[in-house]
Amino acid sequence: MAKITFDGIEIEVPDGTTIMNAARTVGGSIVPPAMCYYTPLKGSGGKCRACLVKVTAGSTKDPRPMPKLVPSCITSVQDGMVVENTVNQQVLDVRKGIVEMLLINHPLDCPVCDQAGECDLQNFAFEHGVSTTRYTEERRTFDKIDIGPLIQLHMTRCILCYRCVYTANQVAGDRVHGVLGRGDAAEIGTYIENIIDQDFSGNVIDVCPVGALTDKTWRFKSRVWFTKPVNAHRDCPKCSGNVLLWYKGKDVLRITARKDEYGEVKEWICNECRFEKKETSDWTIEGPAHIDRSSVISANHYELPVLNHSVVADLPESTQRELEKNPPLKLGS
Amino acid sequence: MGRKLLTEHINVEGIDTFEVYRKHGGYRSVEKALKTMTPDEVVEEVKKSGLRGRGGAGFPTGMKWSFLAKPEGIPRHLVCNADESEPGTFKDRHLMSKLPHLLIEGMITSSYALGANTSYIYIRGELLYVLRILEKAISEAYANGFLGKNILGSGYDLDLHVHPGGGAYICGEETALLESLEGKRGNPRNKPPFPAVQGLYARPTVVNNVESIAAVVPIINDGGDEYAKLGVGKSTGTKLFSACGHLNKPGIYEIELGVPVEEFIYSDEYCGGIWKGRELKAVVAGGSSVPILPKELILKTAAGENRLMTYESLSDGGFVTGTMLGSGGFIAMDETTCIVRNTWSFSRFYHHESCGQCSPCREGTGWMEKVLHRLEHGHGHMEDIDLLVSVAKQIEGNTICPLGEAAAWPVAAAVRHFRDEFEWHVTHAKEAARPGAVYPGKAVLA
Ligand SMILES: Cc1cc2nc3c(=O)[nH]c(=O)nc-3n(C[C@H](O)[C@H](O)[C@H](O)COP(=O)(O)O)c2cc1C
Ligand code: SF4
Ligand code: SF4
Ligand code: FES
Repeated sequence: MAKITFDGIEIEVPDGTTIMNAARTVGGSIVPPAMCYYTPLKGSGGKCRACLVKVTAGSTKDPRPMPKLVPSCITSVQDGMVVENTVNQQVLDVRKGIVEMLLINHPLDCPVCDQAGECDLQNFAFEHGVSTTRYTEERRTFDKIDIGPLIQLHMTRCILCYRCVYTANQVAGDRVHGVLGRGDAAEIGTYIENIIDQDFSGNVIDVCPVGALTDKTWRFKSRVWFTKPVNAHRDCPKCSGNVLLWYKGKDVLRITARKDEYGEVKEWICNECRFEKKETSDWTIEGPAHIDRSSVISANHYELPVLNHSVVADLPESTQRELEKNPPLKLGS
Repeated sequence: MGRKLLTEHINVEGIDTFEVYRKHGGYRSVEKALKTMTPDEVVEEVKKSGLRGRGGAGFPTGMKWSFLAKPEGIPRHLVCNADESEPGTFKDRHLMSKLPHLLIEGMITSSYALGANTSYIYIRGELLYVLRILEKAISEAYANGFLGKNILGSGYDLDLHVHPGGGAYICGEETALLESLEGKRGNPRNKPPFPAVQGLYARPTVVNNVESIAAVVPIINDGGDEYAKLGVGKSTGTKLFSACGHLNKPGIYEIELGVPVEEFIYSDEYCGGIWKGRELKAVVAGGSSVPILPKELILKTAAGENRLMTYESLSDGGFVTGTMLGSGGFIAMDETTCIVRNTWSFSRFYHHESCGQCSPCREGTGWMEKVLHRLEHGHGHMEDIDLLVSVAKQIEGNTICPLGEAAAWPVAAAVRHFRDEFEWHVTHAKEAARPGAVYPGKAVLA
């Protein structure tokens, strides 16, 4: 075990834990923002520099401060380490700078972007950025690439976090896409136009922190905050079948994997579950999902009491009849 | 003229062949090391020599070697960094094309010291002709029993491969180089783990510059102590400088570290002064990534003496007045040089070469280039000058690899030392935008 001090809070974590994950054991607003790091993806992290923190003492053995800010997502703790995050002005200034850099080539088209309401960059900019820009140059644009019927690529919005590349490598076999070009001319794309439709490839949509990869079967159907996430599962031979159904009225508009409080997918889902099972009858409903990360969604307090048979049996007859005619959700078995 | 350790025989006819090279004392270091020294003793000599890495960072080579992890049963590698893409630096290419056997000899002796049985020379893909020269020399070394199994009957085996890269500046950064050598996109890795622990194919690896490896040859031949006698202080031995720009005699010079800058620029033995009888304006002493210095600062210390060409003398004073010896790419600029245009040109390079992994470098290098482009072309504003410094600061220290600094320093240093020239580009926009226009005033010193 290693004891570290993080913004004055003492934390004890197993050796080898990263600074980021140590902070996550405490949770709340001290957790550094992460745009590229993604726990389920091996090798992710270290790229966006959103999570840089100051290490003012390396360890008990070597208490010297680290000369540069370090990426908390890939730097392991050492016993006796002292880390400053929210209490360090340099860190906060750099973070502001990172937001500014990321927004250079990310259009603020939130009004028409399907990621609005659950966009990590939106949250990051809101919490750490400034509301003006000093950038007056031309911004980059891209020719459209068609990557098939399931996934829409909006390269303009990509912040090159590489999460989708790691997902394609580690989760969906037969990767056909990756990073092409370099510098600010780098782009996500398929080398020689190609379709991305391997099973599990839909997970790239879930890991994309911005609206660069969106679900073609749900695009433009609704703003996310007008939909209701409901936990559901089905017997799937390929994946766990544990998903979120996003309802508008009685319609399932979108299906995604379930995520934890840091927006990280808990279990990958297959493309069949994601794209092809859009009927309530395909699923066993577990009940409304608790969403506490993306404030816009949770602001609507949509959580309904879980309906179960014994509760329904106690309701007045007219209500029962109404429920039967118009079931809000498929009842749990 | 000072002593030459690496280039003494460079002009000998046929020195690129095994036979002639051998006749001039070639491969003695291999014989000496393999037959009379243990690997640790070789490392010890290199430590004693005080040799500092010639690839740019100047890290002590012997110390780097002693950091190499030596887990039981896991192979280790030596990789020679022959990418050489820093603008202004062109010494390795020269050394390899003229003296291929010197590098191979250095590779054998160094690999022996490190316990590496497979070593690589990663060469810039555009240098196809050098690659061919090296390949020919390597096959000669195999044929003469200096490579392969049981070299000189010592029981030591070594295979040496040359690998051409795709030709990207970033592939000269040691971890990007390893990625590229493994057949992947040349993206730098986050450190730690350092290559000495987890390098090529996740095995302990040393990455050294061509010149560093070549320098091991005289170090073993004459002993580390002899080598350390040359030079000044912690800057021991000789160093190749590739001098270019507005000099009467641009070229590659092997000098003993510690020659005064003034002598290097003006004496006939070296660069022979500034061309066309003009005045010197500024110098970039160690390749385009190191901070530029105006003439007055490079030539005189505060005490008024000539500044020496050593690692320490160039970097003392930190980054306010200091610069770095870097890779020895010495670029001289005469009085007609437009600093804004030059900075833009450097900036364009780093923008083009950023790998694009981390946000500050990917976005910041492009931003700086565009602002510099505007300033140079007469569309700049006064605020742009501080903006440049601010963006450079946003990049510096916050990136995965040092390309961030390489992009930020030249811009920050140019503004620091030549701010009035940047301002003139705003106040006299039309005039400044004319091709060949030069700021008429004098640079203000920091
Ligand atoms: C962007 C970048 C490009 C580099 N290019 C080269 C190069 O072309 N050749 C080289 O020897 N070192 C280059 N380096 C330095 C290497 O990373 C490394 O420090 C060096 O090869 C170590 O060798 P040495 O210890 O013998 O100097 C570069 C570094 C950076 C950050
Ligand atoms: S498309 Fe999305 S997930 Fe992929 S690199 Fe871009 S921002 Fe990251
Ligand atoms: S600093 Fe630039 S070149 Fe280096 S890893 Fe980051 S983006 Fe790539
Ligand atoms: S989250 Fe750590 S660098 Fe991106």
